[in-house]
Amino acid sequence: MKNFLKIFFLTTLIFGYSLNSFSAEKVEYLKTDWSFKGLFGKFDRGALQRGYQVYTEVCSSCHSMKYVSYRNLAEKGGPEFTEAQVKAIAASFEVKDGPNADGEMFTRPGKLSDKFVMPYENVKAAQAANGGAYPPDMSVLVKARGGGVDYIYSLLQGYEDPPAGFTLDDGVYYNKYMYGNKIKMSNQLSDGLVEYADGTNATVEQMSKDVTTFLMWTAEPHLEARHKMGFKAIVYLIILTILVYFSMKRIWSRIETEV
Amino acid sequence: MSDQEYTPKSKFGKWFNDRLPLLSLASHLTDYPTPKNLNYWWTFGGILTFCLITQIVTGLTLAMHYIAHADMAFESVEHIMRDVNYGWLIRYIHANGASMFFLAVYIHIFRSLFYGSYKSPREIIWILGIIIYLLMMAAAFMGYVLPWGQMSFWGATVITNLFSAIPLVGEGIVTWLWGGYSVDNPTLTRFFTLHYLIPFLILGLVVLHIWALHVPGNNNPVGIDIKKPSKDTVPFHPYIVIKDGFALLMFMIVFAFFVFYTPNILGHADNYIEADPLVTPAHIVPEWYLLPFYAILRSVPDKLLGVVAMLSAILILAALPWLDTSKIRSAVFRPLYKQFYWILVADVLILGYVGAMPAEGLYLLIARVATAYYFLHFLVILPVLGLKERTLPVPISITEPVLGGSLNLATAKNKESFNNK
Amino acid sequence: MAEKKTNRRDFLFTATYAVGAVGVGATVWPMIDQMNPDASVKALASTEVDVSSVTPGNTITVLWRGKPVFIRRRTQEEIAEAKSVKLEDLKDPQKDEERAKDPEWLVMLGVCTHLGCVPLDQKGDYNGWFCPCHGSHYDISGRIRKGPAPTNMEVPKYEFVNSNTIKIG
Repeated sequence: MKNFLKIFFLTTLIFGYSLNSFSAEKVEYLKTDWSFKGLFGKFDRGALQRGYQVYTEVCSSCHSMKYVSYRNLAEKGGPEFTEAQVKAIAASFEVKDGPNADGEMFTRPGKLSDKFVMPYENVKAAQAANGGAYPPDMSVLVKARGGGVDYIYSLLQGYEDPPAGFTLDDGVYYNKYMYGNKIKMSNQLSDGLVEYADGTNATVEQMSKDVTTFLMWTAEPHLEARHKMGFKAIVYLIILTILVYFSMKRIWSRIETEV
Repeated sequence: MSDQEYTPKSKFGKWFNDRLPLLSLASHLTDYPTPKNLNYWWTFGGILTFCLITQIVTGLTLAMHYIAHADMAFESVEHIMRDVNYGWLIRYIHANGASMFFLAVYIHIFRSLFYGSYKSPREIIWILGIIIYLLMMAAAFMGYVLPWGQMSFWGATVITNLFSAIPLVGEGIVTWLWGGYSVDNPTLTRFFTLHYLIPFLILGLVVLHIWALHVPGNNNPVGIDIKKPSKDTVPFHPYIVIKDGFALLMFMIVFAFFVFYTPNILGHADNYIEADPLVTPAHIVPEWYLLPFYAILRSVPDKLLGVVAMLSAILILAALPWLDTSKIRSAVFRPLYKQFYWILVADVLILGYVGAMPAEGLYLLIARVATAYYFLHFLVILPVLGLKERTLPVPISITEPVLGGSLNLATAKNKESFNNK
Repeated sequence: MAEKKTNRRDFLFTATYAVGAVGVGATVWPMIDQMNPDASVKALASTEVDVSSVTPGNTITVLWRGKPVFIRRRTQEEIAEAKSVKLEDLKDPQKDEERAKDPEWLVMLGVCTHLGCVPLDQKGDYNGWFCPCHGSHYDISGRIRKGPAPTNMEVPKYEFVNSNTIKIG
């Protein structure tokens, strides 16, 4: 039984890692400590709030986040802005609504229940405005890339001059961590680009980490609840397993005595 | 089946049982004589039943929120993950549950291969199992399409396109499957319907599978026929119930680890990208449990023959009771077969690995060798081995003599007939 | 009654059953709770309505929790009429003050309490609403006066968050 478990875990880990690392190039990503990793991982609220600021001020002009609602910003396990703050955030965006009594669509200030307003009407409009490349929606982007948070964190800092002889078309840039090294998004971050509300020094590395942390939350808003429940579930299962184990021994002892 | 007459204790019980013998059935299941030397490889049948029920319950509750339409499917899954109470939990249980289901079924199958559980008189149990396995693969494949991610869409495209390999009617069959000229909304809606249906077909077949098992009774690690009931058996309840329960809890701990801590590790990142008919992913791969067959499919350069090879790899298992000519059931007493068994295990794991790699270069070569060996094992090695192998002497019974509880190694060279029933 | 001597074996089994039962309960709950209103539905549990454009003598209809809500800005005559009705004349006696805290604004679910049709505005014998399905007449306070409906049109929880906005629910 124990051997089986060992074999099972090994096989799964091998498969898991080989499958996961498969969609990315064999390049070492930049490493940093992520507060949400590990069995007891939690989100850093400050990082989430700063990350939201970076998303809003830098990324949201091209990248939509259509599965996130404004009310999520106030919910437990996320940036945990106050409800008043989030109402103000939502109201700062114009949301399309309607039709009204005249049959026309109109715009109104956003409400808590609205989803994040998209920068473009649809995918084609987004492509047209960005040289044919669609800036991907960011709601689950972290889960949609094999390298996960490390990949995004690295990519944001991975812009550099192409090696000698590497040709780039117009509107294409060299990035060390992008699959194929060619990316149609230019370098967006520079030191001091954002003035953080909490006064943190906005270096490129800081902004990369904060916005990636924010993206991890948008992809997995229930991460903290999941970790908490997981701990309780596994502890519970271990306790029950022990009880059942001794019950089993007790029951099976009945037949050993026979014969 | 020789059950003693069961008389219910209460008057109502007797009245009901006379009309529908459910209480007699319960009594039979409770007292069912089970070999007492079953090891933990035998607990996976119970584990599989748990997996099936888990998938049905979580699937049902997911279906209350999922929308089977190409424009809304991906969004409805995100709605489940974000807004539905405990939606994230139910979705992750269902997705990882599929993997756990296949893990358990592979262990269950490989148990049978090792201990000869497929041999006479258990051929029908075995064949029912193969059919259940095929339905599981169909259900899993269609289930994976439902989130309508990139892998959903392109996996569906690749696999449904395989049918075009059939001469003459192939193209027509593919169009019929698609309900259109490519994988699109009609395909999605019918896959949802069938995905909902198949688990209940599996449930019915599992009932038949267990019923067929209860005729001869369970096989056991020594592979000998035993008298039931006897000193060699224990009543199913409480002995086997508690043991299956213990094994199930261990299984659930592993399951819980995946669900709560690494819920996406067995999946593919590309399936979090919405399906795009204009962009093909760099590497299309099915879920891990289908990888060995994917490897076999791609190892044959011809489209039709690749499909034939893949299907044959599964169907050949149905012929196993007749391909394996050995009169001895359990590999415990077949030292040469035991070695080939483990080579087969390695071969299947290798096929799984190369199935995830691009079908080129060294990977393709390995896939071809492994595929050839797979068929060699069943078509050549097994038949020959059964006839030529020198087997170890098999005990007469499980318990006697029982000093220290060790296996009785009384030679039974002249008593091989015991194993032919 | 029960023996004083606690059988160790029984305790183990009892404990196992008890702990197991906790697990079963914990597992069953999410399956049941997932059918409860989800977060996106609960977010729409209350709705804010801008009533700045509603002039006296006019009714607007808004959607709240999937049902129509009538918001009528009543004229002084209508208010006087609503208050003058004797309670004995009402099938479901209710003072107008109970139904409209601010007498100028009447907010109620536009759902007939008979079988759920939507009554028509400014129709019927009582200068209020008339339900065409089975002929229920409601007055200018939304109270049932004639017809098969058993109770007055329901007044939901609402409040003025500012002079232009009513929050319903």
